[in-house]
Formats: sequence, C-alpha cells, structure tokens
Amino acid sequence: MLKIRELKARVVDGPEILKGINLDVNAGEIHAVMGPNGSGKSTLSRVLAGHPDYEVTGGAVTFEINREAQDLLAMEAHERARAGMFLAFQYPVEVPGVSNTVFLRAAFNAICRAQGVPPVDAFDFRDLLTEKLALIGMDDSYLERPVNLDFSGGEKKRNEILQMAILAPRLAILDETDSGLDVDSLRIVSEGVKQLSTPHNATLMITHYQRMLQYITPDFVHVLMDGQIVKSGDHTLAEAVETRGYDWVKDAA
Amino acid sequence: MNDALANRDKEYKYGFVTDVETEKFPKGVNEDVVRAISKRKEEPDFLLEFRLKAFRWWQEQTPPHWAHVEFPPIDFQDIHYYAAPKSMADAPQSLDDVDPELLRTFDRLGVPLHERERLAGVAVDAVFDSVSVGTTHQDILAEMGVIFCSFSEAARKHPELIKRYLGTVVPPRDNFYAALNSAVFSDGSFVFIPKGVHCPIDLSTYFRINASNTGQFERTLIVAEEGASVSYVEGCTAPMRDENQLHAAIVELIALDDASIKYSTVQNWYGGDENGRGGIYNFVVKRGRCEGARSKISWTQVEAGSAITWKYPSVILKGDDSVGEFYSVALTNNKMQADTGTKMVHIGKNTSSTIISKGISCDGSRNSYRGLVKVTPGADNARNYSQCDSMLVGSDCEANTFPYLEINNQSAVIEHEATTSRISDDQLFYLQSRGLDSEEAISLLVNGFCKDVFKTLPLEFSVEAVKLLEMKLEDSVG
Repeated sequence: MLKIRELKARVVDGPEILKGINLDVNAGEIHAVMGPNGSGKSTLSRVLAGHPDYEVTGGAVTFEINREAQDLLAMEAHERARAGMFLAFQYPVEVPGVSNTVFLRAAFNAICRAQGVPPVDAFDFRDLLTEKLALIGMDDSYLERPVNLDFSGGEKKRNEILQMAILAPRLAILDETDSGLDVDSLRIVSEGVKQLSTPHNATLMITHYQRMLQYITPDFVHVLMDGQIVKSGDHTLAEAVETRGYDWVKDAA
Repeated sequence: MNDALANRDKEYKYGFVTDVETEKFPKGVNEDVVRAISKRKEEPDFLLEFRLKAFRWWQEQTPPHWAHVEFPPIDFQDIHYYAAPKSMADAPQSLDDVDPELLRTFDRLGVPLHERERLAGVAVDAVFDSVSVGTTHQDILAEMGVIFCSFSEAARKHPELIKRYLGTVVPPRDNFYAALNSAVFSDGSFVFIPKGVHCPIDLSTYFRINASNTGQFERTLIVAEEGASVSYVEGCTAPMRDENQLHAAIVELIALDDASIKYSTVQNWYGGDENGRGGIYNFVVKRGRCEGARSKISWTQVEAGSAITWKYPSVILKGDDSVGEFYSVALTNNKMQADTGTKMVHIGKNTSSTIISKGISCDGSRNSYRGLVKVTPGADNARNYSQCDSMLVGSDCEANTFPYLEINNQSAVIEHEATTSRISDDQLFYLQSRGLDSEEAISLLVNGFCKDVFKTLPLEFSVEAVKLLEMKLEDSVG
C-alpha cells in the first residue's frame, strides 16, 4: 500500500532530517516506528501527510490508490487525505468557532465527494457520529464544542481517534498518540485504534515509548535513529528497546 | 483581454451593465438641480423646502476626513445627481408595464419581480439608479395596513407621515453626507407598520446602480408603531467600472412602544479591482431611534463590497427598557477600505445594547471597527456588551479597532472584548490533512468566525451571505 524508498527530507532550508528511509506497509499490517527524540519520527509523519514546512530532497514514496501505485509526494495534503491517508497529530490544532460536528461532516463529505460517494445529510451523519463516539468513550457534548478548543490533552487525542473512526482511512499514521495520556485514556485510545484495524487498512504508529504497544501488538517494529531505520523486527524488538534502551540498538546496528 | 474580462466576471458576477436609455440630469449640483429632482418626483412643497435648507447648509460645509480611509478629494460637481431609465419617465402603473429589460436585470441579480417567479416570503422594492422600478406584494401588505412603497410614492400618497418622521432621526445637519443626501435624495423605500401589526413577510429593497458617473442617494424610512414588528432586508450591487461612484444614503428607523425593527444588509457593491481601481464609495448614515418603552432595533450587516465603506448603523435608546443590537461582518479584499461600526446611545432607563463585530481583512485591504457606547446621566442601569474580533488572511492587510466609551452614569455595566487572529498555517494544514482543500478550509474557519452574526440574518439571506463570503475569499486564497 505504501512504499517509501530512500526518502530524504528537511525543514525548508534547514539541515537534512530524514537521510534515506525505506519502508513498506501493506494492507492489514500494523507497524510501529520507534526512536529517540530528534531521530526524525515526527518529520517522517509530517512529510508523509504533506506538511508545507518540509521539503523532500530525495527518494520516492508511492501510495496505492485503486490498486495503482501513485506518487504520494506529488499530491497536496488534502489530496492525500482524500485518497485515504490520515495523520493523528501529536499536537492537535485548535480551531475556534468551528464545532466538531461541522468540521467532521465537512471533512467526511469532502472525502466522499472525492471518492465519488454521495455526501450524507446532517441526520444520517449524526447517527454515524453517535456510533463512533461510543468507540472512544466520548459523549455528545464533544460534538458542539469548537474543535480541540480548551480540550485537555487526553480529550484532544481521543478527538483525533474519533476523526479517524469517522474518516475510515486506509492508512492511519499515529504521531505519538500515546504521549500525554493518562492510563485510562491510553487504554481507551488504544482499544479504539485496535478496533479500527481491519485486513483492508494499515496503521503506522510513531512512538517514543512502547506504552501503546502494551495494548496493540504491532506486526513490525522499526527503530529510527538519526534519520534512518537502523533495525526492523517483530514486536519483540519493542520489548528489547524498552529494556535495553536505544543505545543497545545503535551498538547492535 | 477576453480572458481578463471573464476573470473579472468570475470575481464579481453582478458587474454587468444593463443597456437602457437613461435620462440623466447634467453633472453637478446647485439649487436648480435640487428643485428639478423635487419637481420630477412631484413632491409636496415641504419636501422641497427640506431639500433646499439642507442644500444651503451643505454648501457651507467641508467634507469630513476623520475616518481611517484614504481617497482623493471627491469633485461633487462631476457627478450626475439624477439618473433614471427613460421608460420609467411616465411612471408605469404596475410591474406589467415596466420595461422588460429592467425586469430581466433584477432576474439576473436573483431578485425576480414578476408575480409568478417572485420570492414567496419576501416583498421587494427594486430601485434602479434614482427610481424605484416596482414593489411586489403591495396588495397583501395593504390589507394589513402595512405601507411598503418607494419613497417617491410615499411622498405623494402619505405626505403627512413623511412630514412627521423624515429627518427626525438623522437631521439634515447631522453631517456633510447627510446634508447632501437630504438635498438630492432620489428614491428608496418607505415602510410603515401600524399599531399592533406583525409584518408577516420580510420586506426588502434591492438597490442597483447602473448608470455611469452617477451618485446614488437613496433614503429609507421605516416606522413601526406601538407593538408592531418588521424584518427588513437590503441588498445592493453595481456594475464594474474603473471610476469610483458615490453612494450616500440615509436610513432612519423609528420604533414606538413595544415595537421591534430588524434591519439586515447584505452589501456587495463593486469593490474595485486588485489594484484598487474603481468601486463604490459607500458613505451611509444609518440610525434608528428606540422611541418607545421596550422597543427594539437590531442591525445586522454583511459588508462584502465597496471600495470604501464608511458607516455606523446606530441606535438611540431613548425609551425605557429599550434594546439595541448591532451584528456585523465586514470583509475587505484587494485594496478595499472599511471603517465601520456602530453607536449605541443610552438615554432611557434599563436600556441594553449588544455589539458583535467581525472584521476579516484579506490581500492589501484595510478594515477598521469604530464604535461608540455612550451612557447619558439619566440612563440608569444601562448595559452594553461589545465583542470586536478581527481576522487577518495574508500579511499585507490591516485590522484596527477604535472603541470609544462615554459613560456618565455609575450604574452602567459595560463589557468589551476584542481579539485579533490570523489564520495560521497549522490550522490550514490540520484541516487540509482531513481532506479539505485550502478554499474549503478557509471558508470553514471564516464561517466559524462569523457564525454569531450569520445566525441573526433571515435564513435565505444567511445562505446568501455565506456564499458571498466564500466567493470573495476564493480570490484571496492563492
């Protein structure tokens, strides 16, 4: 579904942060990318989502759309979203004046239109919302509040997963979704992500610790250091990193 | 060249010119012109006197310059003060007799006047340059005692009402442009809602400037008697021309005991091109007086056009327990300049006012809120809540807030909040990463920013207003 080849990128006019990433993600798989601070984890997620502050200086990324590999890097951020990519933000952005419902329906319908599906009306959309709210333990009061405004850290992260549940992406990238969560929120968010995982979609979890991995067992774990994936393995790699630290990976690599 | 024109059309779809034979008075203004206008409208003598007094005072004044806008001096002798389609000269008795070309113009503007097509819930008075082309639904309204007609018709048929109320809220000597309007006003609407009547449909005037080098000086007067209520909507457009055209109107509202008047404006005069060439100078005096106890006057304005907007729809809260409201969205793009806001003057006891102003500046435009809250010594327990928010789209634009408070009574409770925000790249990226393109994202942000104002508009106009802002913003998001 996603093929990353020798991807190099930097903040516009800044030093290179990604120094040749290679990664394949297929439908039905859950991948975890781990790495210490400054290794390029968040850069990877933002570059994949098309953040304008970053520029790609080398390599290629293809994303499969209707069974055909398309050049992801040639697409704008909203086109990537419409093609089925979703980024759960590490720091979700506040959008004053726009209620969650209005925002979610606008996004949902934009994606429907792009995929040739008729948009849904406010009533049908409400039913969909109610169903998905339960998944992440949010109540109706979230819906009329402005997007992320005055939300606690945990509420913001749950809100990201609510959006993911509504937009039903084929590839979800979770950027440090487990950071800043209390134990209860972590469990609810993790359960939500797990339930949303199907044989037809894929999840790329980007994380510093393996907190979320206690709830979700990834099929593949990759360790990112200094802009490159230095080691890949199964879920036991995450445990090894947890007990032995990143230095161990560095020495082993 | 054709491409350029097509582009301009996309930006301002009301920019076309109707090809009708127009009768124009020669350029310039003097007592003869004032007399000629009055004569053409077959006005009673008191109106001519009213005009002449205003004109004599105006001649001694110099134009004011305190607004935060810049424009070259206006040559008041280089303007036509009266322009009307020739076909209107013999005053058609009904819409059936009106020149089809004029009716087609209003069709194109989305305001069909024909009985079979006209908007069901709205009665429309259509003003083309200096004359009213026709007024719909007059029969139904007349049954309830509601008078809704052009100002010229009112001056002929209801001179006693005009004499009683004209100039009582905005006296001719109020200011330079008020005096000019009082001298040369051409047409506009008159609304009278008798005691106890709730006007069952929205009343609306559509102002269209068509002729070139012409000023439009309309006059609107709305009176709601005891316990009466009405919702009134005003819309306006003009062709795209490279010259600037002056629009100096007066709107006066009077609400007696327990009466309520809701006045909504969707203003989309041509605002000039991206270099600031052409467009309408919209210098308007709008004021309402809550004359009676428990009366209410509410202004909602969506200002999306005009090269320069200079206006402050205001409320004089004279009656005890009266209520004044001002809800405004002012969007400026290209090189447009807006200095707009309100005045709330608390005189009666227990009066309250609310001001919600949302300014959106794009491109190289300048957008200022200017507002006065005045509490006079006798206005016990006055309350005011003001919220003035500015949003900047792009980096070359300007937003200002000039709030003035004159509080002369200790019991007043006054709250003022103001914010300035910029649509951040992070917000845009967040929305884009959810599938919205940049236009959709900005429109969502702007609609969210304005929704407190939009929800006060009558439904169909609220939809119109949203579309209008989206259209304007499309050009500003590159």
